[in-house]
Amino acid sequence: MKALRAFWFRPEMRRKMKFQREADPEWAQQVAQRPGCEGLFSCLQCGTCSGTCPLSIYMDFAPRRIIGLVREGFREDALGCQTIWLCASCYACAVHCPRQIRITDVMYSLKREALQYKLYPRRFPIPVLAQEFYGIVSDRGRSSEFWLVLRMALHSNPLQLLTLIGTGWRLFRTGRLSLHKEQIEHVKELQAELAGRRGT
Amino acid sequence: MRTGVYVCHCGTNIAGTIDVHALIGYAGSLPGVALAREYKYMCSDPGQELIRQDICDYKLDRVVVAACSPHLHEKTFRQAVEQAGLNPFYCHMVNLREHDSWVHADKPAATEKAMDLVRAAVRRVKWHVPLERRQVPVHAEVLVVGGGIAGIDAALTLANAGKHVYLVEREPTIGGHMAQFDKTFPTLDCAACILTPKMTAVKAHRNITLWTYSEVRQVEGYVGNYSVTVRRKPRYVIEKLCVGCLECIQACVYKQAKVPDPFNLGLSKRKPVYIPFPQAVPQVVAIDPETCIEFKSGKCKKTCVEVCAERNAIDFKQQAEIQTIQVGAIILATGFDVFDGARIPYYGYGLYPNVYTALEIERLVNASGPTGGEVVLRDGRKPASVGIVHCVGSRDLHTNRYCSRVCCMYSLKLAHLIKEKTGADVYNFYIDIRAPGKAFEEFYNRVAEEGVVFVRGKAADVYPAGNGDGRLIVQAEDTLLGMIRKIPVDMVVLATGLEPRADANDVRRLFNIGCSGDGFFLERHPKLAPVNTFADGIFLAGCCQGPKDIPDTVAQSGAAAAQALALIDAGVVELEPNTAHVLEDACSGCKTCLPLCPYSAISFVEEKKARINEVLCKGCGTCVAACPSGSIRQNLFEDEEIFEEIDGLLASAAVGGGPVRIQGDL
Amino acid sequence: MTSATYGYYPGCSMRGSGIAYEESLVTLFRLLGLTLQELRDWNCCGATSYMCIDENLAFLLSARNLALAQQTGFRELVTPCSACYLCLRKVQDYVQRYPQVAERVRDSLAVASLPPLDAVKVRHPLEILFTDVEPERIRSKAVRHWHGGQVACYYGCQLVRPYGEADRLHNPTRMDELLQAVGVPTVKFALKTKCCGGSLTGTIHPVGLRLNYILLKEAARKGAKAIATVCPLCQYNLDAYQAEIRRETGEALDLPILFFTQILGWALGGDVRSLGLHRAISGRRVIDEWFPQHPEEVESYV
Repeated sequence: MKALRAFWFRPEMRRKMKFQREADPEWAQQVAQRPGCEGLFSCLQCGTCSGTCPLSIYMDFAPRRIIGLVREGFREDALGCQTIWLCASCYACAVHCPRQIRITDVMYSLKREALQYKLYPRRFPIPVLAQEFYGIVSDRGRSSEFWLVLRMALHSNPLQLLTLIGTGWRLFRTGRLSLHKEQIEHVKELQAELAGRRGT
Repeated sequence: MRTGVYVCHCGTNIAGTIDVHALIGYAGSLPGVALAREYKYMCSDPGQELIRQDICDYKLDRVVVAACSPHLHEKTFRQAVEQAGLNPFYCHMVNLREHDSWVHADKPAATEKAMDLVRAAVRRVKWHVPLERRQVPVHAEVLVVGGGIAGIDAALTLANAGKHVYLVEREPTIGGHMAQFDKTFPTLDCAACILTPKMTAVKAHRNITLWTYSEVRQVEGYVGNYSVTVRRKPRYVIEKLCVGCLECIQACVYKQAKVPDPFNLGLSKRKPVYIPFPQAVPQVVAIDPETCIEFKSGKCKKTCVEVCAERNAIDFKQQAEIQTIQVGAIILATGFDVFDGARIPYYGYGLYPNVYTALEIERLVNASGPTGGEVVLRDGRKPASVGIVHCVGSRDLHTNRYCSRVCCMYSLKLAHLIKEKTGADVYNFYIDIRAPGKAFEEFYNRVAEEGVVFVRGKAADVYPAGNGDGRLIVQAEDTLLGMIRKIPVDMVVLATGLEPRADANDVRRLFNIGCSGDGFFLERHPKLAPVNTFADGIFLAGCCQGPKDIPDTVAQSGAAAAQALALIDAGVVELEPNTAHVLEDACSGCKTCLPLCPYSAISFVEEKKARINEVLCKGCGTCVAACPSGSIRQNLFEDEEIFEEIDGLLASAAVGGGPVRIQGDL
Repeated sequence: MTSATYGYYPGCSMRGSGIAYEESLVTLFRLLGLTLQELRDWNCCGATSYMCIDENLAFLLSARNLALAQQTGFRELVTPCSACYLCLRKVQDYVQRYPQVAERVRDSLAVASLPPLDAVKVRHPLEILFTDVEPERIRSKAVRHWHGGQVACYYGCQLVRPYGEADRLHNPTRMDELLQAVGVPTVKFALKTKCCGGSLTGTIHPVGLRLNYILLKEAARKGAKAIATVCPLCQYNLDAYQAEIRRETGEALDLPILFFTQILGWALGGDVRSLGLHRAISGRRVIDEWFPQHPEEVESYV
C-alpha cells in the first residue's frame, strides 16, 4: 500500500527511452562542422570531461552525455538542458580530453542555438545575464557591472536585488562599485562594424 | 610493339571508384597496345593464366598491369610473364589502387587520372630492355638484436635448427622486461619460472654466441651478406673468469647498497659492483664506473679485487671491444619503453609518493623484489584501498593515440595479485576493458567475481584527500552510473602504456628500415608480411613492431626465426637488377658520385674511372642524379623510360593546352 | 629593457570591482620602470556571455581591440584580466584556424576602417614579470622584507587554458616563483587552476558560493593566510562573498584575497593606497597587519 502511494504521488516521471525517429543525425553532422566542434564523433565517452568539470556535479547531463546527445542527434535534450548554461568556460574539459575535442566551444555553440530557437530553460538566470550583457555591450561598447547586475535581476528575479544589497554596499564602500555607465568614443563605428554581421 | 594492358578490379577497391570499362576501352586505343583486358582479381591464378595465355596467343612483347602497389604483386606478375617465356622486366605495373582509387572520391576525375597513368606506363614499357637477376651466396649466421623474450625465443629456435646465432643485448643480462614481471596473465604462471630456463638455455647453447652489455654500431651490406659491427662495452669484469660467486659484492667497501637499482625501478638500492638480479644470464657481475669509488677517486681499497684474487676476474682497465661479424639475416627484437607517468601531471606521479607505475607494482608483488613480495606503501603500511588508472599514455592524442594492448590485462592481473596479497579494495578506472585473447575474458570474469571494482570512466584527477588523512582521491565520472565518483585510496597504480624505444629512430636508420606513424618499426605488410621489413633479410619480433603480449611476442619471434631460416637455408639469394652502372667511355673521373653513395658501392679504378659494385648497389639512384656528365645509368630507370613516362603522363594536359596538372606521385 | 612601454588593455573590470588590480599594476610597473600606455577607445572583450549569443560579433569585439592596438603601433598588448586575455587570444586562434572566421573578421574591420589583424602579441602581466623582468631583477629591486604569512597562489582557469602561454597548462608556478623572489612563502595549492565559477555567483548563487568555499577552505587547510590571484573575477568572487560563506557554513574563513601585483608592489615600496589595498573586503585585519599604513622601518634587501 505504501509503495503504491509512493508511486501514485510521485510528482514527475520521465520516460527513459528514445525512438530513433526522435534523433536528428543530420543536425549532429551540422554541429560537427561548426568551427570549434570538430572531432565530436571521435569521442570515446571516457568521461574525462565530466570528471574534470567543476560543475558537472550540478548538471542535468554531464558534459560527456552532452557530447553523446549531440552525436546521436537528440537536439532538444541537448539544447534544452541546464548543463550548457552551467558551463563556466573554464576549459578544463577541453585541455584534458584525450581526443582533443574542444568541449567548451561545443557548449558555446549549443548555447547560441538554444537562444536562437528559444529552447533554453525558462527563468534560468544565466541566459538572461548573457542577453543583458550582450545588450549593454552592443549599445555602449563596454559593460558596467552595476547596470548589468541590476538589469539581470530585474529580468529574472527582482527579489534577488534584496540579497545583493549587502555585497553592493561592501563594494560601494571600498570604491569598487561604479555607477558610471561606461561608453566608448566611437560607439557609432562599433555599431556599424557589428551591424549586419549577426550570425550565430 | 605489341603491348597487353591488364586492369584489375581488385574487387571493388579499384572498380568501385574507377570506370574500369572505359579505362580498357581507352587503353586499347593507345598506339602499340595489342589488347586491353579487365579482370576481377588479376593476381589470382585465372588472372595470371589470362596474361600467360595472351602472351602466347597474341605474341605480346610488353605487359602493363594496372592494379595495386608493386610492393605487393610486382613479383607475382613478373613471374607470370616469365612463365610465358617473356623477360620478366618487360612487365610494368601501374598502382591504380593506392595512387588513385583509394585516395579519390570523384569517379570521373579518378578515371581520367587512371587513363593518364596507364598511358604513361604504356609509353614507358616500350623502352624496357631484358634484364637478368643475379644470384649471390648467403651467410648462414643470424644476428638477433635484443635479449628479451622475443630475442631469446628467436635465437633458440634458430640455434635448435643448427644455425649459428649472435645474440646482442644492451643490458648486462638478457631477460628484458619479462624478467621484471611477477606473474603472467591470464594463467598466472610465474614469469621467472618460464623465462629463466630459456635464459640459461641460451647461455648453454653451443650454437649461440651471447654478447650482453653490447650494442650494434654499424650495419653494412645487403640481404644474405650483412657485415655488422658490435661494440662490447666494458663491464670491468672478465666474463670468462667470473663464476658468479658474488663475493665481490659482499666485499665491496660500500657496506650498504647506495645506488638506485634500475632493475627494481629505484625501489631498492644496489652497490657499484652488482648483478642485475639473482637469475641474471650470464652470471657475471658488472661494475658501474659512475658510482664506483675506484673510478671516481682511484683511491679505493679494492676489497673486491682482494676477494677475487684467486680468479682475478676484476679488471678496472678493461676497454670496449669492437667485433665485426658476417651474417645472412638479422632479427630485431629491441622491445619497448614504458610510458613515463610523470608526463601526465594531473595523475601526480612523482608528486605524490603513493602513485606508482604498474611496472613498479610488478616489482613490489614479486617475491624477489625490493619488499620480498609485500605490497606496501612507501612508509611500509599495507594499502587498504588501491586505484588502478587505465590508459595512461594510451588512447590519448596528447601522448599516444594507439591502444597499448596489454594494460587492461596486466591491470586485471595486478588487481588480482594486490587483492590476494593485501585484501585491499581495488578499483579499476577504465574506458574499455579489452580482453580478446584466449582465456582473457574468463580471467576478467574471475577478477570481477573476486570483488575487484570496475568504474567505467577515465580517471580525471588524482589529489590528496581534503581531510588530511594522507589518502589520495581518484576522481572520475562513473559513466555507467552517470555520477561523478571520488574514491579515496591509499595507492594509485598507473597502467602505463608501451612506447617505442627512445632511440628507435636511430636504430631504424642503422638498419635502414622504416617506422610507422606511432614510432614502432614498420612491417612490410600488416597482414601478410608482419615480421618482414622493407629491407630484405631484416625481420622483426616482439614489441619493437608494436605493443603485444607474451604469447603474441613468442609467436612472432618464431615467425621471424622461420623467415630467417628460409632465407639462409636457401643458400643463395636473388638480387633485383635495378642497379646503376657507369658508361666507362663517358665517365670523366670527377669522383662526384663516390662520397654520395650510401652503400659505398662505388670505387675508383683504372686510373680515372668510377665503377659500381652491382652486389652492393641498392638502386637508390643518388649517383645517377648526381653525375654531371650523365654517364651513370640505372636499369629500369633509364632516361628514356623516365622521360617517356613523364611525357605520357602529361600528354592529355598538353593536348588540352590548359595548365599542366601534376598528378599522382610526381 | 629598463624603460619599456607596453600597450595596455584594461578591460571593463578594471573600471569597477577590479579597480585595485589596475592601481597595483600601474604602481608596480612604475616602480619597475615600465610604462603602460592605455589603448585608446578600447571596448569590452565580450567575455563569456557574448560568445553565448553570437560568435561572429564576439570575435569582432576582440578583433577591434587588436586592430586598434595595431593601428596605434603596439606590438604587444598587456591585459591583466584572464577573460580578456582568453578572448583576445581566442580570436587570434580562430582566425588562424578557420578561413571563414578570418574572412568575416577582415571584412567587418574594413567597414570600421581598421587594419586587418596582424601579429599583435597578447600578454599577461604574469608573463611579462616572469620572462621580461625576471624574478631575480624583482628580488634585487625589493625594498621591504615580507612580514606577512603564507600565501596560496591561485591561477584560475582562463589564464592557463587553453590558449595561454603565460604559464604551464597543468601546473603553473610562475606566480609562486615571483612571490618567493620577494620573500613571500607560498603553499602547495592543488586547486590552483580549479574554476571559481566565474559569473555563477551572480546567477546560480549557491553553486558559485560552493565553488569559492572549496577554494577558500583548501587554501586555509594548507596553511595559507591569504590567496593571491591574477584575475579580477577570481579576486571578486573569493573576496566579496566570504561573509555569506561564513554564515552558510559556520566556518571561520576570513582570508584576504590579494592581487599578485599588490604583493609585489608592496615589496618594491608601494604604499597601501597606490596599491589599492584599502579596497579589500575580506581579511581586513590581516591586511592591516601585513600592509601597515605607515610602515615604520623600511629595510633594504641589498
